[in-house]
Amino acid sequence: MFHFGGASCNNCDIEILACLTPRYDVERFGMLLVGSIRHADVLLVNGSINKKDKPRLLEIYEQAPKPVLVVAIGACGCTGGIFAEGNTFAGPVDKIIPVDAYIPGCPPKPEAILAGIVKLLGKN
Amino acid sequence: MGTYLFYFLVYPGFLFAAVIGALLSWFDRKITARVQFRKGPPLLQPFYDFFKLLLVKETILPARGAKGVFLASPVFAVFGATMAGVFILLPLLNITSGFHGDLIVIFYLLTIPSLTYVIGALSSGNPLAAVGASREMKLILSYELTFLLVMAGIIIKADQSIDLYQIIQIQQNGTPFIGSISGVLLFLVAIFCLQAKLGLVPFDMPEAETEISDGIFIEYSGTPYAMIKLSKYILLFILPAFIMALLMNGTKLEGIGILWAVLKLVAVVLLLTLIRNTNPRVKIKQAIRFFFVWMNLLAIIAIVLAIFGL
Repeated sequence: MFHFGGASCNNCDIEILACLTPRYDVERFGMLLVGSIRHADVLLVNGSINKKDKPRLLEIYEQAPKPVLVVAIGACGCTGGIFAEGNTFAGPVDKIIPVDAYIPGCPPKPEAILAGIVKLLGKN
Repeated sequence: MGTYLFYFLVYPGFLFAAVIGALLSWFDRKITARVQFRKGPPLLQPFYDFFKLLLVKETILPARGAKGVFLASPVFAVFGATMAGVFILLPLLNITSGFHGDLIVIFYLLTIPSLTYVIGALSSGNPLAAVGASREMKLILSYELTFLLVMAGIIIKADQSIDLYQIIQIQQNGTPFIGSISGVLLFLVAIFCLQAKLGLVPFDMPEAETEISDGIFIEYSGTPYAMIKLSKYILLFILPAFIMALLMNGTKLEGIGILWAVLKLVAVVLLLTLIRNTNPRVKIKQAIRFFFVWMNLLAIIAIVLAIFGL
């Protein structure tokens, strides 16, 4: 899995990091955080995507070897949250790239993130 | 001809080494997780990873890279690792290959995977891969001399024999080489060489995830990346096996001997994993200094002790 942080308030980032820690340990399901998008199967996107982020997100998505699963994390990633009517807002993640799972919450709990990712595992 | 193909492809070559290597890779990940108080991945995870990359994922070629070399180098990495594996494992499993002087050949074959990683990284045209490749080259330069000195020490201890089968026989008839002062020193040096050869943590600057995002492997995806994983699995098995053959008495494949062989292999891998988990990544300058000054010094002391029969 590869983590793309948009214009986030950093709260979802911290919750994602919590998934890697001993208490939640996403490696139980065989997942590791990778350094290069080329090695990724899951793309985690959080934060509101503004106009500067949009081309970067598209670039990252095109660079990923398919099939890749996209998970939108947090209220900002799913719908735009409180930024939905902002000037610089470029649309929630699913307006830009196809999204496989939505994990709402501001921020979502690590349990919720894990539950979402494991549901994706079961689907494939 | 048929037996040689069987040796190369099935046992103890490609298939055997790959399966054992994948299991050892799981062991490495599990121990890493336990050291960090996590639970760790399921047993078959390395196989899932490999087959997912091989069969499901798309292969992306870098737009400005040399595509042929980029695709060929992982294949050569697997070939080099397997070839070295056959030469190491045949004597280890008490099958004589009838080839005197295989120690030298093994030494050269073991450099092939690292060299092909460098070539593949440079042909991808990615700047981070180029940084990784230059680091890997410096690392090769620093540990190769040390590794050669270790082998020189072993050769002196084994009465100038450069036949791996004979080296194992000498140890099985007498005491294992690790049971002497020079043997312990050589083992210590060899363990650090393995750490660098395998690209594990104190010496993982070629692939440093956090600074150059997987460095030499950054552009690989799909099937070529599966090949790289495979060569890593094989190396994770054959390098500890090589140490077993050189210093730890080899194996006796009868009765309790099988258990001892497994225990020795697991112990060496456990040691590598623990070193990996308790150390930070050093800078390339520090790594070169570490090998050129301290490890070479230890190896030379061990050689002098070996000449005096200690």
